[in-house]
Amino acid sequence: MRLEPITNPSLARSLGPPAVAVVATIVIASLLAMVAGANPFSVLGLIIKGAFGSQFAALETLNRATPLIFTGLAIAVAFKAKFWNIGAEAQLYAGALITVVLGTGALPWSSVALIPTLMVGAVIAGAVVLLVPAILKTRFGVDEVVTTLLFNFIFLLFISMLLEGPLKDPMGMGWPKSARVLSEARLPRIVDGLRLHWGFGLAILCAVVVWLVQTRSTLGYEMRAVGLNREAAAFAGIPVNTVLVKTALLSGGLAALAGFSEVAGLKGSLTLDLSPGFGYTGIIVAMLALLNPLGVIVSALFVAGIFVGADSMSRAAGVPTYLADMMLATSLLLMVLAIMLTRFRVVRD
Amino acid sequence: MEIVDILISASFWAAAVRIATPLILATMGELICERAGVLNLGIEGIMVAGAFAGWMAVYSGTGLWVGVAVAMVVGMGFGLLHSVLTVPFGLSQHVVGLGVTLLATSSTYFAYRLALPQVTSPPKIEAFQPYEIPILSDIPLLGQALFSQTPFTYLAFALVAATSIMLYRTPLGLAVRAAGESPAAVAAQGLSVTAIRMGAVIVGSGFMAMGGAFLTMSAFDSFFFEMVNGRGWICIALVVFGSWMPGKALLGAVLFAAFDALQIRVQQTSLGVNIPYQIFLMAPYILSIVALVLVSRRAQVPAALMVPFNKGER
Repeated sequence: MRLEPITNPSLARSLGPPAVAVVATIVIASLLAMVAGANPFSVLGLIIKGAFGSQFAALETLNRATPLIFTGLAIAVAFKAKFWNIGAEAQLYAGALITVVLGTGALPWSSVALIPTLMVGAVIAGAVVLLVPAILKTRFGVDEVVTTLLFNFIFLLFISMLLEGPLKDPMGMGWPKSARVLSEARLPRIVDGLRLHWGFGLAILCAVVVWLVQTRSTLGYEMRAVGLNREAAAFAGIPVNTVLVKTALLSGGLAALAGFSEVAGLKGSLTLDLSPGFGYTGIIVAMLALLNPLGVIVSALFVAGIFVGADSMSRAAGVPTYLADMMLATSLLLMVLAIMLTRFRVVRD
Repeated sequence: MEIVDILISASFWAAAVRIATPLILATMGELICERAGVLNLGIEGIMVAGAFAGWMAVYSGTGLWVGVAVAMVVGMGFGLLHSVLTVPFGLSQHVVGLGVTLLATSSTYFAYRLALPQVTSPPKIEAFQPYEIPILSDIPLLGQALFSQTPFTYLAFALVAATSIMLYRTPLGLAVRAAGESPAAVAAQGLSVTAIRMGAVIVGSGFMAMGGAFLTMSAFDSFFFEMVNGRGWICIALVVFGSWMPGKALLGAVLFAAFDALQIRVQQTSLGVNIPYQIFLMAPYILSIVALVLVSRRAQVPAALMVPFNKGER
């Protein structure tokens, strides 16, 4: 078999494969629920209800989506330029680290000054953490997939070391946990009485800004050109290495905002379980959004909904929560296949 | 002085070879995939799946070698999935690889929860026991390090030799290497690039799963979450470090493992107890990155690595 490009895809061609992918994911999830001895319809119903069925559930989903929007944007920006940043987890913790280092009393300022400072600090920290793999790639030709992956392990150990050493909260009852940030450093709630902080608003704003950068700026054009064909971009006079470094700085900064928002908006302090893999899940979020920054918002809500819904489904139906990860992995693989099939026809030899 | 004592002790080198074994198996698997032109980032998840499958098979009553075979077959299954998506369909090897890792890991944990819903600590199995090879194991230092291991370790060394002979001494190996360097030339010879690449990914994934199985069936005797803990990613680095050559990759794996074994022992010395233990745990990862920086400039990357091949276009 071989693949043949389709010049003018029909409407059925454009929408058919993704629709089949969605249906297939649901069918597979139902079969898994049956394997686990539960009624598949009630399992799917419980997931949806658990994610969006009440005000509390919906707010929980929005809160869970917030860091995923940031990491999803970080990945979308990087992957668009074919810079394979698998290290958003490390950059997230870098942002969280700066937030607690500066936010627990080092800067005795009011909210108006403190919150923007922490934000900028987090962005710089995340950008610097990704700058190292970017320079290793552009200067020494070291593959960034391996370095960013290994950085996740190194950085988490570094955080663990700090939490058991200089950053350890003396009031923490011996747990490896940082002190709480000042109340001036906390992100306020969007609506009084509702458990949703301004981190969510910041995430939406970032998605719009990234979309503007990608579609309306020279840098966005250069990033796309480098991603499409590195040699052709270099031939056209685009400084490929500079663009890759700028991409890395942007990507690392966005991922770090996830850490800032989790600490300043939600948790208030830094622990080793601040992120249950938001950096890795960001890859799924970005891919499901086809690397479109505005699409990242939608796919982050979808992914967060599956996680939040699966948690409550698991309590009610006794199906392991890992069903959520399996659904996401399945939908990721089927969706990349489906997207390819909207543009290519499979021809038998 | 304490460090010198460690370095000349036979138990240290025996530990290094033991720690190296899963890395050797999985690195050979990754090397075969990449030599044929396919980066397999499914490695981390496939090792998790192999670790669980082999252990679960033995726990359910099969023999140890049957358990190894079960792990291998499960790994090959994930390899089939990976290769179908990346080879004939030519999808992004990065995305598919990470997707396979997530799928293999989550389905393993899902299966674990279904198979053992009640247990708080996972049950143990009768794992592989060390087998001292007569005469050879009496050699000082070397005998204990190399010839008093479990049969699983001997199998790993045999696989390195077999991989090396296959790649450099057989027509099949020539075809695999050519598929990674110049797939158009392979197609011009009337061979199927698709079949060669898929075969390499499937067999390679089987080796990765065996690497995982070593952890639950020889190094330890039980299955824990997070037990693979980034070993797959280390193997990706080891393939680069070994310049895509089995012998050099083997050397890299043993060096890495020796360093890992060393950091565990230095932690307990008078010097080491005053240093945060995280520094020691970080060291092997930092070493991997430094090693990559040193070799990457002159590494011989297979020319068609990560380049999909589609017969229609020339």
